[in-house]
Amino acid sequence: MGLFLVKAVLFMVIPPLKFNRFLKQIRFIGLQSVVLILLTGGFTGMVLGFQGFYSLSKFGSDAFLGPMVGLALIKELGPVLAALMVTGRAGSAITAEIGIMRMSEQIDALELMGLNPYRYLVVPNLLAAMICLPLLTAIFDVVGIFGGYLIGGKLLGVGAGTYFGEMASYVEMQDIMEGFYKSLSFGVIITWVCCFKGYYAGVFTGFGSEGVSRATTQAVVLSSVLILVWDYFMTSILF
Amino acid sequence: MIKIENLYRSFDGNEVFRGISLEVMKGEVLALIGRSGCGKSVLLKHVAGLMKPEKGRVVVDGREMDVARGRSLTALRDRLGFLFQGGALFDSMNVFENVAFPLKEKTKLSDKRIQTKVLEELDNVGLSGSEYKYPSQISGGMVKRAALARALVGDPEIMLFDEPTTGLDPVTGHDIIKLIDACHRRLHFTGIVVTHEISTVFTIVDRVAMLNEGVVWADGTPSELFSSKDPIVRAFVGDSDGRGKREGGMHEKV
Repeated sequence: MGLFLVKAVLFMVIPPLKFNRFLKQIRFIGLQSVVLILLTGGFTGMVLGFQGFYSLSKFGSDAFLGPMVGLALIKELGPVLAALMVTGRAGSAITAEIGIMRMSEQIDALELMGLNPYRYLVVPNLLAAMICLPLLTAIFDVVGIFGGYLIGGKLLGVGAGTYFGEMASYVEMQDIMEGFYKSLSFGVIITWVCCFKGYYAGVFTGFGSEGVSRATTQAVVLSSVLILVWDYFMTSILF
Repeated sequence: MIKIENLYRSFDGNEVFRGISLEVMKGEVLALIGRSGCGKSVLLKHVAGLMKPEKGRVVVDGREMDVARGRSLTALRDRLGFLFQGGALFDSMNVFENVAFPLKEKTKLSDKRIQTKVLEELDNVGLSGSEYKYPSQISGGMVKRAALARALVGDPEIMLFDEPTTGLDPVTGHDIIKLIDACHRRLHFTGIVVTHEISTVFTIVDRVAMLNEGVVWADGTPSELFSSKDPIVRAFVGDSDGRGKREGGMHEKV
């Protein structure tokens, strides 16, 4: 699996890039995930607004709702939840697509044409995920922050100036970069695991449609677990 | 052109090849027959370099496929066409895009020249008018024809056919075999056809090799196989009335 990632990164930095396929994956991983990210980001922020206000008001600190929602989303929930959503929506589809191509000998056909399957199937996904994940995370964060304000500000009475003003005082550039590095690395994890599981469907997971379904399940589970484990290590390093 | 020397290969402890040796001369078409699961398709994949032997070697035009890497392997594969059992068409592309794909990716031909060549090749295999259909929208016979067009569009010197008639009705299967013969007459490729369609395929091949118990059990012209006294060969070819194109010496390993 490590060698698979090394090869993918190598073919990513050595031209040529299959640009049309790359654009197609940007559309699939990025653009088509926006609605899902808007929904999950919005509702996560709204829940944070409720829970945060409830907890902070116990200590008379409800003025700090803005920083609490902002920091939780930017540093932790935004990158992690956006990555988990993309794993479920796009990662599973990537594994299924590549797995079916493996089972129906389409990858063999590529190889026999003297073409490198990594350049067609892995590199465009990897590059697209590395670009899309940070952008989707940013959308998640922004929508979540407004979702928090909708509840905290409009419903529970925290003023807009307090909510956003305190947030601007407490959220630093370093916090934003932490979220950025996390989402970037999650993009690599998702495509690495999902492409690998699809590429070797049949080798590790059995043949036929059952093999593809097992590969897809394994890809989603392994990606999700790796995202959470890697999140812990990144947090402990960047803390 | 293709030389297989003392090939050994096993899967999960099951020995599929136990010293296979076989040679296909330039311009010759060889039919590879044998019981299901005897390793015919696996042998074809070894010739194409998709699988590596445990022992022995596969030499294609003087170069060892199992040690070829990078550009030398690509150069060898550029001269090779492969018709997969299931066609292996890219299901997200239509027939035209499938056939045009190797030309777009591997050559510097203009779009207009590619279009002319693809339409010409589709016409040769009888698929004019189906250019913009997707693999899921066409019949099994049409998938094989489209896959054949894709394999032949680069004018390969070597063609490997993996059960080209499997899953087709007898009439369509016969048409595919005739098509392969017509393509051979046009392009003069060296070929290996893995098949169970003995009576039909034997009319278009120069030689036949039969795999059994991990070795080449019989090797000769179609006529020689039909007149063989070996019970295993007889059991396989039966009393079909096929006759081959050429005559020559047959070698049985009994």
